[in-house]
Amino acid sequence: MLIRHGSDIRESEVTDKALWLDRRRFLAWGAAGALALGGGRAEAAPLTAAKGPFTLDEALTPRKDVTTYNNFYEFGPDKGDPAQLAPSYFKPKPWTVAVSGECAKPGTLGLEDLIKPHRLEERTYRMRCVEAWSMVIPWVGVPLAEVLKRFEPSSKAKFVEFTTLVDAEIFPGQRTRLLDWPYVEGLRIDEAMHPLTLLAVGLYGETLLPQNGAPLRLVVPWKYGFKGIKSIVSIRFTETPARTSWMKSAPREYGFYANVNPKVDHPRWSQAKERRIGEFLKRDTLPFNGYGEQVASLYSGMDLAVNF
Amino acid sequence: MTGGAASTLSSPRAAHGGRSGGGRFIKPLVFALCLLPLAWLGWKGYSGLLGANPIEATIRELGDWALRFLLIALGVTPLRRLTGWSWLGRLRRMLGLFAFFYVVLHLLSYVGLDQFFDWSAIGREIIKRKYITIGMLAVLLLLPLAVTSTDTMLRRLGGRRWRALHRLVYVIGPLGVAHHWMMVKKDLTQPMIHAAILAVLLGWRLVAWHNARTASRRQESPCAASPPSSA
Repeated sequence: MLIRHGSDIRESEVTDKALWLDRRRFLAWGAAGALALGGGRAEAAPLTAAKGPFTLDEALTPRKDVTTYNNFYEFGPDKGDPAQLAPSYFKPKPWTVAVSGECAKPGTLGLEDLIKPHRLEERTYRMRCVEAWSMVIPWVGVPLAEVLKRFEPSSKAKFVEFTTLVDAEIFPGQRTRLLDWPYVEGLRIDEAMHPLTLLAVGLYGETLLPQNGAPLRLVVPWKYGFKGIKSIVSIRFTETPARTSWMKSAPREYGFYANVNPKVDHPRWSQAKERRIGEFLKRDTLPFNGYGEQVASLYSGMDLAVNF
Repeated sequence: MTGGAASTLSSPRAAHGGRSGGGRFIKPLVFALCLLPLAWLGWKGYSGLLGANPIEATIRELGDWALRFLLIALGVTPLRRLTGWSWLGRLRRMLGLFAFFYVVLHLLSYVGLDQFFDWSAIGREIIKRKYITIGMLAVLLLLPLAVTSTDTMLRRLGGRRWRALHRLVYVIGPLGVAHHWMMVKKDLTQPMIHAAILAVLLGWRLVAWHNARTASRRQESPCAASPPSSA
């Protein structure tokens, strides 16, 4: 009972495509213009992106599921909360990102200034949530490394720390003390500079919706989804690793690395298998979410059961 | 024997006849109401309203209702005593059995939909995950209560032993709440509400039991005084 059929034709996709083409003609200014507008829009705007180097031969998770099943506690703890509350709370705002810390050229940039110098790429990645479900999502974004290099991180920049906007007006979940706001995430510098790591501004060919982390979020496909911090307003180069929100909340359950690892269980559930959204039977979880070939060398010699 | 077990308070026979309030339609009505959550869940599943992860949503919702019915069943006796509505007692067995019904559906959906009858995985989970150990223990303890819920079983056991056995529900309630509490990732609002309600329901029994003991030795404790045969 109650099993959704994985349909081949995605209704939402068909509609979106038509809209997409239509709007693209209208928006002659292209991606940068859409981004400028999209800096905190509650509606998705079309983006033009080239196919990136990383593609995947797996069925995409329907856009409807990607945009309605979200862990984004800034809106609320229920996975339906973000999509439900975002339209009434999330308001358009000029978006700036402060880049600071151990770098030669710190500065605060508008979203379009941060992204415009780079070519937008579409990259389809697996997304594995720490709660043992997964999706396949066609992101639009730029490699984080390219953006970070512009700020010329120094030799002291061993880690990068990311912070989500704090604004209880647009994030009603921040009125509660569910997590210690702001949401903070971090990467080791070599992880941040890895070609797989993406600074995403869109998905399914459109700017990010608030529930997916508009206007700017991190995507690190070999790590659990909670590393993919949303609605970023600060990027800081640091000498020491950030104490991330989930580490503060439950240090026994969530570590700094959070690499997808079927052999290291969450204390309360197994990570050996996952349910791909839209599928009935669980599938085996792959080490590093299937990106081991690209990233396993980053962790050679490390005990991943200790550095979970 | 039934009469003995059912004794004390008001006349259970009057309750059976429906003359003491509640009417003769109350039982079928409550029965239908108790099926509504399942019907609602089925409709949501059929219409694709269970979201991107319908299996998880199904298991969670059935678990929620199992707990709610457990609390509702535990609420019957205090409410009956506070209001004096003796007809409420007639609903107690049915509500308890509905708690069991939703517990079984919750367990079946976990075994069949979530784990797809992967018995070795289920076995490992029961041993490794404390909240699943506790959940399974609660099911195990609930089983004899469901089995002995019939009039025949009550007669066979005798009122005293039957009541003693059915006090297991005072253990099952906390186990159920703990099971939910421990599996929640972050937001403890719901489990805390359940725990608070449970604390009131069990606390009331403690107080009533204490009062009954000190006031008069001849009077039975309120929970024991409830007529199980008519519950």
